[in-house]
Amino acid sequence: MSIASHESEHVDAHTGTSTTGHEWDGIRELNTPLPRWWLWMLYGSIVWAIGYMIVYPAVPLVSSYTKGVFGWSARGAVTAELADLQSARAPMVNALAAASFADIEKDPKMLAFARAQGKAAFGDNCAGCHGAGGGGSKAFPNLVDDDWLWGGKLEDIQQTLTHGIRSADPQARAGNMPVFGEGVLKPTEISLVADYVRSLSGLDVAKGVDLAAGGKIFAENCAACHGDNAKGNLELGSPNLTDEIWLYGSDKATIVEGINKGRGGVMPNWGERLDAGTIKALAVYVRTLGGGR
Amino acid sequence: MSLWNKHAIFEKNSIILLLGVLIVISIGGLVEVLPLFYLKSTIEKVEGVRPHTPLELAGRNIYVREGCYTCHSQMIRALRDEVERYGHYSLASESMYDHPFQWGSKRNGPDLARVGNKYSDDWHRRHLANPRAVVPGSIMPAYSWLAKTELDAGKIDQDMRVLSMEGVPYSDEMIAKASLDLKAQSSDDDAGAADLVKRYPKAAARAYGEQKGIVTEADALIAYLQVLGTQIDFKIYDDKANLR
Repeated sequence: MSIASHESEHVDAHTGTSTTGHEWDGIRELNTPLPRWWLWMLYGSIVWAIGYMIVYPAVPLVSSYTKGVFGWSARGAVTAELADLQSARAPMVNALAAASFADIEKDPKMLAFARAQGKAAFGDNCAGCHGAGGGGSKAFPNLVDDDWLWGGKLEDIQQTLTHGIRSADPQARAGNMPVFGEGVLKPTEISLVADYVRSLSGLDVAKGVDLAAGGKIFAENCAACHGDNAKGNLELGSPNLTDEIWLYGSDKATIVEGINKGRGGVMPNWGERLDAGTIKALAVYVRTLGGGR
Repeated sequence: MSLWNKHAIFEKNSIILLLGVLIVISIGGLVEVLPLFYLKSTIEKVEGVRPHTPLELAGRNIYVREGCYTCHSQMIRALRDEVERYGHYSLASESMYDHPFQWGSKRNGPDLARVGNKYSDDWHRRHLANPRAVVPGSIMPAYSWLAKTELDAGKIDQDMRVLSMEGVPYSDEMIAKASLDLKAQSSDDDAGAADLVKRYPKAAARAYGEQKGIVTEADALIAYLQVLGTQIDFKIYDDKANLR
C-alpha cells in the first residue's frame, strides 16, 4: 500500500524502516508508518460518527430525514426543558397567581418567592429604563423613592405594568403634559409660570420675578391637572410639583422646555410580553423597592 | 496494481486533481444544502411575517451601515436561558425577508431579535444619543449624529426593487408608493397611514422623532428596532407544528 510499492522494496539500513523508493542524490525518503495511537483515534472517530448519525437526526431522505433513535430535536429539547422549569415553579406560581396581594404580603414564603422572581424579571425587562437598582434616570422614573405618578399600591403598579403608559394598549394609562408653546402661552408667560413652579418647591428664583402673575397663569392653565395646590393627581399621572423629585430636571430651562413642547413618556404594555404571574411578582418587587403609598 | 495505487494519476496531473477536488466538495455541499430546498419539514408554517416597510427598511440599512451586527445578534437560540431572558427562540421565517440576515455571531451587547416594543421611542432616542444616559454601565458607543442627520431615502424604492428580485414579495404598487409610505409611517397624523397598514399589516405609524416634518436617520433606525421580533403573535403560534 505504499506509494511506490511497484518499485523495488528498499529498507534503510540505519533505521530499519522501508523507504518510499524516491531518491534524490542518494538520499532516500523514509516511509515511516503513522503512530498506532493516532490511527486508532482516527478509526475510533469514524465509528463514533456512524453512531452519531444513527442516534441523532442526520441523513436527508426524499420527503423527510432520519430522526435518530431518540427523536431528539433542538426545539423539542428546549420545549421540554421549559416545561420542566414550569412544572418545578408551578406550585408557587399558581399560588401567586391565585393569591390576592394582601395574602401575598401576609405569607413570608410567597413574598420571598415573588420578590426573587420579580427581581430576575426586573433585571431582564425593566432595568434598561429604570436602572439596575430601580434608580431611574432623566425621563424614566425612580422606583426607589415612595413618589408615584400613577399610584404606588400593588394594584396600581400591576395595572401600569400590564397595560403600560401611553402605550398601544387601549387600557393604557393615558394623559400627557400638553404643548403650551406654539401659541397657547407666550414665551414671557411660560417663563413666569416656570419660575412660579420652581418657587413651589423652594428653588431659587431670580429677583424681581412676578410670582403672583406666574401663580395666576398656573391657576388658569396648569391647576386642572396638577391641582390647585400643585400636588399632582394620580388619576392623570400629573406629578407633584411641590416636592424635590423631578422626572426631567428642576432647572428652569428644562421646565420651560417641558411647558413648551409637552411631555409624555411611554412605558410598554408588558401584558403583551410577560405572563400575569410574572407581572404580579414584578409589582411586588417594585413596591418593595420604594414602599407604596 | 490495486485501486489504492491509482491516486498517482491525481498527484501527477494538477487539472485532474482540481476536478477531483471540485467533485468531492460539490457532493458534500449538495448533500447538505439541497434537502433544505425540497424537504417540507424544514419549511416553517407561520403567519404574520411581512416584508419591512420603506421606513423600517431605511432603518435597517442604517443598522447595517453602522455595523450594529458586529456587537448585537438577532438570533435567540433554542436554549432555556436565552428563551427565559429574551423571549421565544428565533424562527428562520422571521428573517426570511432579510437580505442579508442580521443573525450576527457576537454579543458585546444584548440580542436584539425581540427588542421591538420593549423600550419606548424616547428611550431609544436618548440611548442612541448617549447610551450612558440611560444605562450607566453601557459600553456601547454613542450614535448622536443619527438624530442630527436627515434620512436620505430617495432611493429606497430601488432597494425594494433589488430585494424583490431576491424573492421578497414587494409588489409594484409597494415600490411605487415607497416614499409616500415612508412619509406616512413617520408621522402621527398622516392621511396615508391607512393605506400603509393595508400594504404592511400592523405597521406602526407615529412620529418616531421629536422634530416635526423631518425624518432623521435615528427615526428610521428606531422604527426598525421597534418592529424586530413583533410580527409573529406567539400567543397563537403553534410550537408543536414546527418542532425539530
